Amino acid sequence: MLRPREGLEIDGFTIGPCRHRGGFATIWEATHPDHKGRLAMKVPTILDGFDAPTIVGFEIEQMIVPRLTGPHVPRVVALGDFSSMPYIVTEWIGGGSLLGPFAQAPLPLSDVLEMAARMTEAVVDLHRQHVIHFDLKPANFLRRDSGEYVAIDYGLARHDLLPDLLAEEFTVPLGTFPYMAPEQYLKQRDDLRSDIFALGAMFYELCTGHPPWGEPASLRGVRKRLWRDPVPPRALVPALPEWFQEIVLRCLEVDPQARYQSAGQLLFDLQNPAQVRLTARARRMRADGRLAVFRRWRRMRGVRRLSDPVSVSAQMDQAPVLMVALDLSPEAEALNRHILTTLRRMLAVQPDARVSCVNILRTARIGIDQATDDAGEHLHVMRLVALRDWGAELELDEGRISFSVLESSDPAGAIIAHANRNRVDHILMGARGHSATRRYLGSVSAQVVSEAASSVTVVRLPESALPQEDAAEVAA
Amino acid sequence: MRTAIITDIHANREGLEAVLADLAGRGADRIVCLGDIVGYGPDPVWCVETVAALAAQGAVVLKGNHDAAIATPDSGMNVTARRVIDWTRPLLSADHRAFLDGLPMTHREGDLFFVHASANSPADWIYVTDPARAAGSFAVTDARAIFVGHRHVPDLMSRSFDGRIQRQGFAFAQPVPLIRTRRWLAVVGAAGQPRDGVPKAGYAIFDHDRNELSFHRVACNTARTVGKIRALGLPESLAVRLNWGA
Repeated sequence: MLRPREGLEIDGFTIGPCRHRGGFATIWEATHPDHKGRLAMKVPTILDGFDAPTIVGFEIEQMIVPRLTGPHVPRVVALGDFSSMPYIVTEWIGGGSLLGPFAQAPLPLSDVLEMAARMTEAVVDLHRQHVIHFDLKPANFLRRDSGEYVAIDYGLARHDLLPDLLAEEFTVPLGTFPYMAPEQYLKQRDDLRSDIFALGAMFYELCTGHPPWGEPASLRGVRKRLWRDPVPPRALVPALPEWFQEIVLRCLEVDPQARYQSAGQLLFDLQNPAQVRLTARARRMRADGRLAVFRRWRRMRGVRRLSDPVSVSAQMDQAPVLMVALDLSPEAEALNRHILTTLRRMLAVQPDARVSCVNILRTARIGIDQATDDAGEHLHVMRLVALRDWGAELELDEGRISFSVLESSDPAGAIIAHANRNRVDHILMGARGHSATRRYLGSVSAQVVSEAASSVTVVRLPESALPQEDAAEVAA
Repeated sequence: MRTAIITDIHANREGLEAVLADLAGRGADRIVCLGDIVGYGPDPVWCVETVAALAAQGAVVLKGNHDAAIATPDSGMNVTARRVIDWTRPLLSADHRAFLDGLPMTHREGDLFFVHASANSPADWIYVTDPARAAGSFAVTDARAIFVGHRHVPDLMSRSFDGRIQRQGFAFAQPVPLIRTRRWLAVVGAAGQPRDGVPKAGYAIFDHDRNELSFHRVACNTARTVGKIRALGLPESLAVRLNWGA
């Protein structure tokens, strides 16, 4: 088997300088006449003799990474096997890892939020592709020049629909100590909420300057997180808003059941701070006392498994974000009641779903921004009140429903943008009857159906229920 | 190139029809049949003629234990199986019998190996039911991927760099990359008599360019096959078994 060195040529690739030397692999710059620019070649460091974890990790990457697509994963160029030299060649991602910014932590809240959202966005994308990463940490995020974060190093990852090569090797807990979820310590390898825990641990580090349980040197140190709660971030950085502490501590819950159930829901909260439902977590200003911790220790020391997850696919489907776009004009009243009925039915079969109610406040295409003048402000609040009134009938608890009034001159565009930004799974909206406005302005629902990335359900009133203008005239 | 791998048709016309229709829709370029065209089921003539026609168009067809038992009665077979083979034999013409008798036991194609039951002692019809029983197959051939049938239960095993053999989970209709750092043994499910608890016709597709294997299961008109078994007075246990997929 060949060993990598600068100048070595293999399968048409010319190896350049070594860029990173890690415990399990080295990363080299490489070039190939068929590929423009620099490439990254990762070569597992296989010690003399047999080295199972490195080999299996490399095999998992070979299996999983080539099937992933999109801006949040590295694009694979070529794979090499053990016959000459094992390697995986991917595109070169220029922006460096997150180790740099993490070394500067604590960072200002605006930077923390930006990074948190970008990391979560990448994880949403992985989970959508049926992959749980299981080793999220600052070193495993690279930044693209275009801004997106790329999750790398899939040596511990698991694809829900592919064989899990690590299943048999998994005799010791695998992961990176500061960011490892409690269930990973218990050797559970089937829960995408482990990634949400790791995200929470990174958010904590970004805003306070160190990971929630420090940097344990041994597995024993990791075990502590089963009963010892972290010092609340606001105790260390009092300027942090309560809603952000709520998000971080919710990610760090020991029981996966108490965390966010999907990365999509976490992203939603990061992007809609006003909608975060505050609990006791938000106001906590110190870690629990010795007695509470002792009680938890007594309860947790014998625990072998945390609450079982459903499968990744089921989890993906189970915690969807539903968006309802409502027209609040009086003519739409009957239609809105019909939408409410439809939504109730959808919630009955998807009890984990979260609902985002949206109304578009149409602004003039040209002219002053209405939100800044008094009348505009007033209208915005009235719409919000009406929206809440409509949603109140659903009797959902506060954390599961949110209300937004968006201002735009292009309703369909605003609905689509909101849906994309919040990773909405399903849009529910009404279609107006054959009105004159529709003839002149085109149908909003038709544009949303054709351009949205998510599923769209268009609700229509049955013909007979349409308001009859002629009948109204006769009555008058 | 995509190769469809079919096995254990067992004279089940509805099962084979469903598989052929499904693989046509998925775009397989060619077929390898791992044997057991006859036995257990009510339509041996139609199945033999259909597979022979496929063979004439270039399909590779191997011999299974039930096919072999037509020429040479197999004392190792259970009573039910033997009864149906004895019922089948007189239905087949000399041409049919010659076709079955002339089938090869194994097929090697580059780094792929195909056989009805197991690569080691193929004529002993060994069931590859677990990693330990796959060891023999891995030992006698250096093929990177081995495809077998005979068990009627789809299964997948891999042999890692250090020689350990593990069972690997998979999801139906989801391509599994047969990564080249390991060797693989795939047990393809039966087209004509499933035993994995799901009464559907099984088969697999190997995509040579992408190096991916996918297992498939298709619904077939089991009620019709069961009706024929009962009408012909074949053993009732076979009818029950088809209904349950067990």
